[in-house]
Amino acid sequence: MIKPQHLAGQFIAYSAFAVMIAYFASSPPYQHHPQESALVRLSLTHAGQRVGDCKERSPDELAKLPPNMRAKQNCGRERNQVTLEMDIDGKTVYSQTAKPAGLSGDGRSRFYDSREVPAGRHVIRARMRDGGKPDGFDYDEQVEVELAPRQVFVIDFDEEDKKLSFE
Amino acid sequence: MSNPIKSALRAGLFRVESGWDTLVGRESNPMYCLGAMSWFFFWVVGASGLYLFIPYDTSAARAWGSIEHISREQWYWGGMFRSLHRYASDAMVLTMMLHLLREWLMERYHGARWFAWFTGVPLIWMVFSSGITGYWLVWDELAQYLAIGTAEWLDWLGIFGQSIARNFITPAALTDRFFTLLIFIHIAVPLFLLFAMWIHILRINNVNTNPPRQLIIGTALMLVALSLLHPAQSHPAADLGKATAVLNPDWYFMALYPLYDKQGPAIAWTVSIGASVFLCLMPWMALRRKRRPAAVVSPPNCNGCGVCTFDCPFGAVVMRPRNDESGHAQIAVVQPDLCTSCGMCMASCNRTNPFLPHEEPRQTGIDIPDFTFDLIVKRISARSHGLVGDNRVLVLGCEHGAKLDHMKGPSVGVLELQCTGALPPSVIDYILNKDLADGVLVTACRPGECFYRLGPEWTELRLKGERVPKLRGAVPRERVKLSWAASTETKGLMTELAEFRVALAELPKQVRPESTKRRVAE
Repeated sequence: MIKPQHLAGQFIAYSAFAVMIAYFASSPPYQHHPQESALVRLSLTHAGQRVGDCKERSPDELAKLPPNMRAKQNCGRERNQVTLEMDIDGKTVYSQTAKPAGLSGDGRSRFYDSREVPAGRHVIRARMRDGGKPDGFDYDEQVEVELAPRQVFVIDFDEEDKKLSFE
Repeated sequence: MSNPIKSALRAGLFRVESGWDTLVGRESNPMYCLGAMSWFFFWVVGASGLYLFIPYDTSAARAWGSIEHISREQWYWGGMFRSLHRYASDAMVLTMMLHLLREWLMERYHGARWFAWFTGVPLIWMVFSSGITGYWLVWDELAQYLAIGTAEWLDWLGIFGQSIARNFITPAALTDRFFTLLIFIHIAVPLFLLFAMWIHILRINNVNTNPPRQLIIGTALMLVALSLLHPAQSHPAADLGKATAVLNPDWYFMALYPLYDKQGPAIAWTVSIGASVFLCLMPWMALRRKRRPAAVVSPPNCNGCGVCTFDCPFGAVVMRPRNDESGHAQIAVVQPDLCTSCGMCMASCNRTNPFLPHEEPRQTGIDIPDFTFDLIVKRISARSHGLVGDNRVLVLGCEHGAKLDHMKGPSVGVLELQCTGALPPSVIDYILNKDLADGVLVTACRPGECFYRLGPEWTELRLKGERVPKLRGAVPRERVKLSWAASTETKGLMTELAEFRVALAELPKQVRPESTKRRVAE
């Protein structure tokens, strides 16, 4: 049985426990991104071009292969690394070269970046090199956008249309 | 020996606990059963979660709405369950972290207790994983923040074939299947957690996973009242086209996320993995601590009664079949790796009795090599030798409790044991019977504060005659006093000793036959 002199103490202790749980369950508030900023998020996975050229198999070569492996072309698995750069208002803010994933280097290269920019008008340019040439870019796109506060502006690669996309 | 900072913190902890005892009563003080409180909150979270699973809609478009519906339209029931689910999980984190801190302060993490400490570390990860995935399910702005943050955090490891963060890049990228996967994880992880909690307590004997009833009732009422008065609320629905701004995180689960935001994934991983590895290795970092020798069974003196197996706090003593000529079916066997050398097994043995005929040195069924039963009896004789007056008292207590040396005097002798649970009740009988003292003050750490486990509890039950070995009924109870005293309560114990001596002086003088007068064993 609870002793009468402990009833008040228990009320205080349970109240303090409840206040502590309730307070830190949602307070103090945390500012993740400023209200007036927008967010430019670059998220892209892309497989670079194959390192070696594909070779057409002759009918004799095809005949020697098991029926389930008779692909017309013989291609190497390894892919080129991919370089991606992003400029915002003429200033390069992101430049990264990513190796293809996988033990054989035959997977996709992965890029991710997320950065705050002030809301308002911006010129955003992205360029990507996925082939073997040492300079120049295989894809280069630029867009001028009016970013609203808290807007998330995404830069991706459209694999169907083979171009960098902005949305 | 622990460092001064730790000693000061431990003294502070004892004072807080003592004050809390005064405020709410010992039975309602959660500090003595923080592990059991975490178990209780786990069950509350589990039961409320089962109910929430019924109305929850596992789709990206309707998840937020389904939670919002029960929170607003059915606030008195569904909303209350949602709040119970949240607040009980917060309380579980709180009691779990306090449990960890308290065990560290009380030095209960090394030696044979490495297993419980080591297996406790993954529990922290599991509790946090369960909580974070639960917050994702609400799919509000806080969930969006957690989802993207966690995904970026995991992607940094580079061990996943696909980028997890790409699932949250645009509203179209998010599928209902993802929510099905999420709720599966949110249910599976707590099930693994339950299994891991069972492993965590596997090497603990007489484990108590239920807090005292009045604490359960009080805490349950508090959670219900909190849920009704301050119900859990969602943020606005998640919108992947919109960045999260001001959030109200649950800091019990999300304290590391701002670190990730400010310092990046490398630092966040270093802190979380580094802290976990450090915690895991702590039991072996106490290099200067010398482990005391484990209990040893004396086969000729063991009659296989098995009482020592019930009293061992860590299950270090087990009974095994016996095939020798003793006629006993079983024999006690000590598993040295599990033994903390507390001596409770020695005290529980029915051969640990100074009245029994004996050879030198005294033998018992199970003994502690560096603090034997024989040594206890000899020290009792030595410490009581030369005591003068009509109210001579022998104080028997624990080396981890109050400072007994402060009580020494012409009429007061003291003997520190490694744990009061190592005191055989027959020794008290022996002291009074042989006129070694007029009274015996047994002092132990407060229940729940035992450096080992269960020492104060076993001592109290044995002295009350409710647990074997019992203090013989013929022993005059007015000459035996049991006092709880933590290391910070030496002064209070001295007051109790003085009162006890006054009470002894008022008792009629004991008349003993000549044959039972004092014998000096040394």
